[in-house]
Order: sequence, then structure tokens, then C-alpha cells
Amino acid sequence: MRRNPLTLVGARPEPSFQVTFDGAPLDVLPGQTIAAALWSDGITSWRSTRVEGRPRGVFCGIGVCFDCLVTVNGVPNQRACLVPPKPGDEITTQRGDGHGAV
Amino acid sequence: MDLQSEGCDLAIIGAGMTGAACAWYAARAGGRVAVLDRGAVAGGTTGAGEGNLLVSDKEPGPELDLALLSTRLWRGLAEEPWFVAASAEYEAKGGLVVASRPDGLAALEAFAEGQRRAGVEAESVSASGLAELEPHLSPELAGGVYYPQDAQVQPARAAALLIRDAQRQGARLHTRTTVTALIRGSDGRRVEGVVTDRGTLRASWVLNAAGTWGGEIARLADVHLPVLPRRGFVLVTEPLPRLIRHKVYAADYVADVASSSAALQSSAVVEGTAAGPVLIGASRERVGFDRTFSLEVARLLAKQAIELFPALSQVKVMRSYLGFRPYMPDHLPAIGPDPRAPGLLHACGHEGAGIGLAPATGHLLAQVLTGKTPDLDLSPFRPERFEDGAGA
Repeated sequence: MRRNPLTLVGARPEPSFQVTFDGAPLDVLPGQTIAAALWSDGITSWRSTRVEGRPRGVFCGIGVCFDCLVTVNGVPNQRACLVPPKPGDEITTQRGDGHGAV
Repeated sequence: MDLQSEGCDLAIIGAGMTGAACAWYAARAGGRVAVLDRGAVAGGTTGAGEGNLLVSDKEPGPELDLALLSTRLWRGLAEEPWFVAASAEYEAKGGLVVASRPDGLAALEAFAEGQRRAGVEAESVSASGLAELEPHLSPELAGGVYYPQDAQVQPARAAALLIRDAQRQGARLHTRTTVTALIRGSDGRRVEGVVTDRGTLRASWVLNAAGTWGGEIARLADVHLPVLPRRGFVLVTEPLPRLIRHKVYAADYVADVASSSAALQSSAVVEGTAAGPVLIGASRERVGFDRTFSLEVARLLAKQAIELFPALSQVKVMRSYLGFRPYMPDHLPAIGPDPRAPGLLHACGHEGAGIGLAPATGHLLAQVLTGKTPDLDLSPFRPERFEDGAGA
């Protein structure tokens, strides 16, 4: 079996639950952040920058840099590296400041 | 060990906005200038404010005269090629002061009328006119006054640009260099340079541009300068599309600025930035150099900002920062030579207006240093005015 953080610590997580990312189902283990769940699924970008539309994902991973912002249930600018998803959450790629036209 | 073996004409203590502007004007006038700071450029109050360049909050008098001169000088600086190239977000966006009730609006109108006579451009705005200027303003407001001369700049960047251009004109910058004493002349009074933790520097003039910490530098010269810290918090929202076009604040702000109370005062000052986040000030407290975050102040600022712009209730605050305005008992800065310590000049104590007032301060001091008659009478800013309580 491939080594991953779960096997390294001998984790026996509770059953996973589902959220959606841009409409597609995504499995989440209890305790994972949104960023961890997205990375585990091979997704590394979930925001485009305000000016040049460049892709962004996790940078610092500890809540400091605000690079990993994502929209959750319509609310933009959530830090994916901190927010734990809840079953059924709709996570969507954030474009720019995520507010559209205020 | 000498910092600069050849010495200099002007040693400036403090690399904030005021020190930077003084360096720029002095270097442009041909002076050999050194700027020293115990920290980094813009590491104190300059890097902890909003970059307001305001005439709107000032009553007629010496500070307003200084602000009007500075407004003209800022416009000129903002057109310098090196300033334009490295954009310091200078924006002549105009200020909008709003009153929530008719009695407040009447007081604001009377205040504006006095300012107009002193040369301020001030346009009365009706309740319906407010919506045209700021579509997201609360519809509950009684009216306001629009001040087209108010502007904004990114202060840390502006200070760095001024110092960099002063360096191109020969100025030297010594950061992480703490002034520990002043070199005194044989008469024991005259100030002839600075002693630092990295060597000494002889100078014909030493300028105290240490802002909120200016009283400490004055003490090194055995003179009293009553600069006290007045703490302010700024809330920073998540980046937003252009929601707020001008600098918008409640009329109560003017009374808060003029107050001398040590207790917490707060009135909403709200503005968008070129980068997207909205900045929300402005609280005032005299609590020494206490850097503890205050939830009470943050809540009050947020509440007051939402009263002006209800749409902000759906917006998240990303972070906050605080700074210490250099407060003087009569709300006027100290600008000019100190007769108690020949060779020493002061340019500090601008309270919350230092970014705006910096160019005029630097320009007037350069005139003093080159033997010219300053464009404005500097006597209201005499550093020694607090002796015997005369100016308090």
C-alpha cells in the first residue's frame, strides 16, 4: 500500500462523508480540512487571482497567507487550510474576490 | 567608528513619512543628508495608518494652512516620474463627510463654511446627492459635505520612494541604527551630531523626526517635548469590488480628532483601497504603548462602519492593525529649530495627520535650513511652546 499520512501514523479514521467541489462529489475524512480533502483528490487549485486570473491553492497551509481562499456554500474567502467541511457542503472555485458585483 | 567620515549637513532621526519628506526636500535643496532609524523605513506610525491626506477634518488655523500647502505639494510629488513609475497609490479621491441627523448636518455646514473662508473646497451634499456620490451609503443619513481636495496614498510605499529619491540625490540611509546620545558642543548645549550603536555621525543640524517617540529624542538633548501615543485600530476587510469611492467618514470624527480625552473615542472612517480591501478606522485612546488587541474597539469600528455602509455587514474583516499617533496637547506638531538646544530641529507630533502634513513640513524646514523665509509662519509650531505651560 502506498505510504500516506494515514498509513504513517496508523490512522483508523471514521467513515468518510461527501461534499461537492464545483458540482462533482468529493470524499472527506472526518478531521480533514477542505484543503486536505482537495489535495487527497489531486486537486491543487481552487481560486483564480483578482487581477491576472492565475491559479491558487495552498501556500502556507496554516491560516496565515490567505492564498487558499475558496467559496463554501456561496460564502467567498474561506481559508481552505483551516475550514473543516460539513457533509453536503458545496465548495466552489473562487474567481477573483468572489463577490461578483456587490 | 564613524558612520560617515565626512559628516553631513542634516542628520534626520526617523525614517517615517516625516523624516522621508524632510530628507527629500533637504537633499533637493543641495544638503548632505543622512537618515537614521532604529528600525526600518516606515516601521513606526507611518506603516500603521491609512495614508490620509485630509483638509476636511481641520478647522481654520495653522494646521489647516499646513494641510493646504501639503495638498498642493502632494499633487506635485504624485506627478514626479519616479513616484508615478513605482505607484504609491496616490489617489485624489475626495472626502465625503456625512451627518446622520439634521442638527449634526447644521454643525457640519457651519464648520465647512469656516473652512471655505480659509481656502478649502467644500461642496454641500443633500441626502439624495449622497447616493449619487456613494451608492452604498445608508439611506438614513441627513446629508454631508464633499471635499475634493482630500486624497489618499499608500504611506509606507510613499515614504520609501521619497527616501530612495533622496538617496539618488546623495542622501544616506542608516536603518537598524539606534541613536543613543547627541554629540554636544563645548558649551554643553549645542547639538553637533548623533551617537548611535553603530558609530557616530557629526552633523550641522540634527532633526528629530521620531514621531511618537520624539519625546525620547528631545530628552537626549535635555529638552522637554510632550509627545504622547494615541492608539488607533484599523480593520481590513476581504478584497471587494469597488464598493466605496471616496474617503467617507461621520461628522463626529472631527470632534474626536480635536478632543483631548484619554478615553476611547471612535467614529467611522471608511475607504476602499486600490488593492481591494476596505479600511475601517478610526479609534483614539490614550493607553500608552499598549499593543494588545481590543475586541471592544474592533466591534465598535465594525458597527459604526456598517451604520454608514449597510452592505459591509456581509463582508468579513480579514485582519486588524494598530498604531500610535504622536499626540501633542494642543494638537499641533513641533516644527522648527529648538532654541533650547541650538543645532536641534524638530518635525514630529503630527498626530493622525503626519502623512498628509509631511511634504509641507519638509518643504518649510528646507526653507529654514537654507536661510529662506518659510512660506508659512512657523511660530504656532514652536517646539518650546510648552515651557511654562504657555502653549498647552
